Amino acid sequence: MLTHPLVSAEAGTKMLLSGNEAVARAVWEAGCRVAAAYPGTPSTEILENVCLFKDMYSEWSVNEKVSLEVAIGASMAGSRAFCAMKHVGLNVASDALMTQTLAGVGGGLVIAVADDVGFSSSQNEQDSRFWGRFAHLPILEPADSQEAFEMTRLAFGLSEDLDAPVILRMTTRICHVKAMVTVGERHEKAVAGFKKDPDRWVMTPAAAQKRVPWMLQRDRRLKDMANRSGLNRLEQGADKRLGFITSGPAYMHVKEAFPNHPILKMGFSHPLPEREIRALAEQVEKIVVAEEVEPLVEGELKAMGLDVVIHGKDILPEFGELSPANMRGPVAKLLGETYKPPVTIPPVKVFPRPPTMCTACPHLGVFYTLSRVRNIYISGDIGCYTLGAGHPWEALDTCISMGASMGIALGLDKGRGAVDEKKGIVGVIGDSTFLHMGMQGLLDIVYNKGNVTIMLLDNRAVGMTGGQENPGSGRDIHGEEAPRVDFAKLVEALGVRPERIRRVDPYVLPDLFKTVRHEVKQNEPSVILTDQPCVLIDDYDALKPLYVEEDKCTGCANCLDVGCPAILVTKRGKEVKNNGKEVDLAWVKIETSACTGCNLCPDTCAHDAILPFTPVVAEMP
Amino acid sequence: MEADQTTNILVCGIGGQGIMTAAEVLSEAAIATGHDVKKTEVAGMAQRGGVVTSHVRFGEKVFSPVVAAGTADFILGFEAAEGMRWIPHLRPGAAALVNTLRLEPPVVSIGLFDYPEDPVMAIREAGVTCYPFDAGEAARELGNLKLVNSIMLGAVADQLPFGAEVLKKCLLDRFKVRKPKLVDINDQAFEKGRALIRAAAKVC
Ligand code: SF4
Ligand code: SF4
Repeated sequence: MLTHPLVSAEAGTKMLLSGNEAVARAVWEAGCRVAAAYPGTPSTEILENVCLFKDMYSEWSVNEKVSLEVAIGASMAGSRAFCAMKHVGLNVASDALMTQTLAGVGGGLVIAVADDVGFSSSQNEQDSRFWGRFAHLPILEPADSQEAFEMTRLAFGLSEDLDAPVILRMTTRICHVKAMVTVGERHEKAVAGFKKDPDRWVMTPAAAQKRVPWMLQRDRRLKDMANRSGLNRLEQGADKRLGFITSGPAYMHVKEAFPNHPILKMGFSHPLPEREIRALAEQVEKIVVAEEVEPLVEGELKAMGLDVVIHGKDILPEFGELSPANMRGPVAKLLGETYKPPVTIPPVKVFPRPPTMCTACPHLGVFYTLSRVRNIYISGDIGCYTLGAGHPWEALDTCISMGASMGIALGLDKGRGAVDEKKGIVGVIGDSTFLHMGMQGLLDIVYNKGNVTIMLLDNRAVGMTGGQENPGSGRDIHGEEAPRVDFAKLVEALGVRPERIRRVDPYVLPDLFKTVRHEVKQNEPSVILTDQPCVLIDDYDALKPLYVEEDKCTGCANCLDVGCPAILVTKRGKEVKNNGKEVDLAWVKIETSACTGCNLCPDTCAHDAILPFTPVVAEMP
Repeated sequence: MEADQTTNILVCGIGGQGIMTAAEVLSEAAIATGHDVKKTEVAGMAQRGGVVTSHVRFGEKVFSPVVAAGTADFILGFEAAEGMRWIPHLRPGAAALVNTLRLEPPVVSIGLFDYPEDPVMAIREAGVTCYPFDAGEAARELGNLKLVNSIMLGAVADQLPFGAEVLKKCLLDRFKVRKPKLVDINDQAFEKGRALIRAAAKVC
């Protein structure tokens, strides 16, 4: 077997690495021994690469809180420990974080948090730098892959010196940008071992209270470190009319667009390096803060009482990504110059191409069904099945955060007014999401006698992030066999009555229909389990493709409502019905090279026009 | 550092078409010829059939990873309508290299939107030089649709400051390590791409 280049690269090798890959290599080089994460864009690839290094322990945890807890435990045991998550993941993990900051660390503890600046695939855009302020922790902000690599290595030592967890704040443009990195070698760290110290590790109110003065003392050391850190550097520039303060990838955009102005680049951005800031303020007339998501530094700067005018979100984009292009205009205006944007070709009108479920996805039949069952409200969740909100199904009514489908379904049930009395309430959740945060919600539904039907769509993977393993997949992060949770037993243990736990093959539409219709009529919690693998994982076996027999296709277009991308329209038309109503027709074909013969669409065709590609020869009686 | 010292390439298409791999090979060739490189992709839910673009920038020193609108030296379109979608990213006078393959998404199949009748015409009407070629058909002739990627790389090869041979070597080296049996056929696909674009240029 070939060793992955990230693992085999010798010290001094120059590689083109994404920020996520660079962090993974650095975690290993720093002598880290335990790393954990739950997959989440844009942070997923960090652990996918960490797990290539077989001389450290790595795992997919069920959620971010658990991943941080695992890392905390390892740190207490004296090992260097690491966990990675996306921004919303830290909301989940914050409970552990806010206490651990009082306890401090054993071995260095580093938390990489990836903010999805620009909403590439998240339910919100939030600024993780706040956690540094909130939890009294240092924030390191790399601006490219090389810095991500160096700061990660450094963060472990910083964590040990300071006796605090360290947050490495990444953003999409760090995680997913590939740039050149020169790698080093691994430094093994002796494991100090667990030292009993109940005053630190047992956070009773009394113990916690005693730690607060210690933490405030640490804040002073932290401030001093930020002031002296080489990660904050003032770059000189001839044009003193304006200076920039920036961090993360925003620095790269500033550097590209305004190379002649002084720039304070902050890599260690919380607490603020006051000394450098004042040094910049003394030489320029105005300061522009270029920061992504919140005007956090801007507010703190204004509170410092500097003698210069501070600009930030008043002229730059208030949300989304910064770029050289969207900063040039506002900054020119500030300088009283006119800015001529590059001549661009006006956009041409092209249809939107929203993401959609894969060809033959086991969720297709579920959403086809849900879009056709009347009188139900559908509470959705985070995962591929969020796409059920889109065309052609439009079969989700809510989706807020990971695991929330359960509680929201119960809330819809308990909060319903008379008008909704006859409605059925369905919660849709995937296997991994259920294990991440859904279980507790289902327990609450059972306990509080909610009248909802839960569809637990088990596709044995975290589908949306690329098919990672979880306790439902029967494999661990290395693809090795692992105990597989039995969802029927699990939901029974949570209190769902065995009669109300139903298994359905999501590729058999009539069964899906019958089961959903029947279960929403029950007056107690019920769970419908589907179990077919995600088409992107190895468990999925493609069958023989199907085709559409042209003569038999009437153009009814019903099969298109399945939403399988392999079904294509060949011709459109209109027909006037007997009652004078005009209906749209669409004749279809199946892209045989894409169809995997999942056999879902034939059930939607009343005219038996969809047939196996190699026609079956009927046996003689 | 002026922006025009940097070469800006926008590779565009649909999730699953191999956009990222193509961008990766372009980057490797740039590294091999001594450039600083940045590469990024914009792919919300990449594997789910959505729009994917990859930005490749190389030069002496590259800061921002993003190819801004109006600055791309060329776009490499893996699908006709996607090529059309991204033409505002081109700088004036730059060209679009577009695979004429049409991939209709479900929103088109169910009749919510129309697929443009003639994307190449639409690109030209917008004032952009377009070199269209059918990489899908060529790949089919060579026996595998997956070869589209190598054909696309061949098509762009002669436009690069460092010449086609470096790019081809980077492409084939990948196969040498992972799938030695496929080196020859990808070599052919690459050359096919070069030939196709030359033919397209002659007609234009
Ligand atoms: S990745 Fe898996 S779960 Fe997601 S849409 Fe595709 S087949 Fe369905
Ligand atoms: S059988 Fe129908 S639904 Fe299934 S993959 Fe083929 S075209 Fe799609």
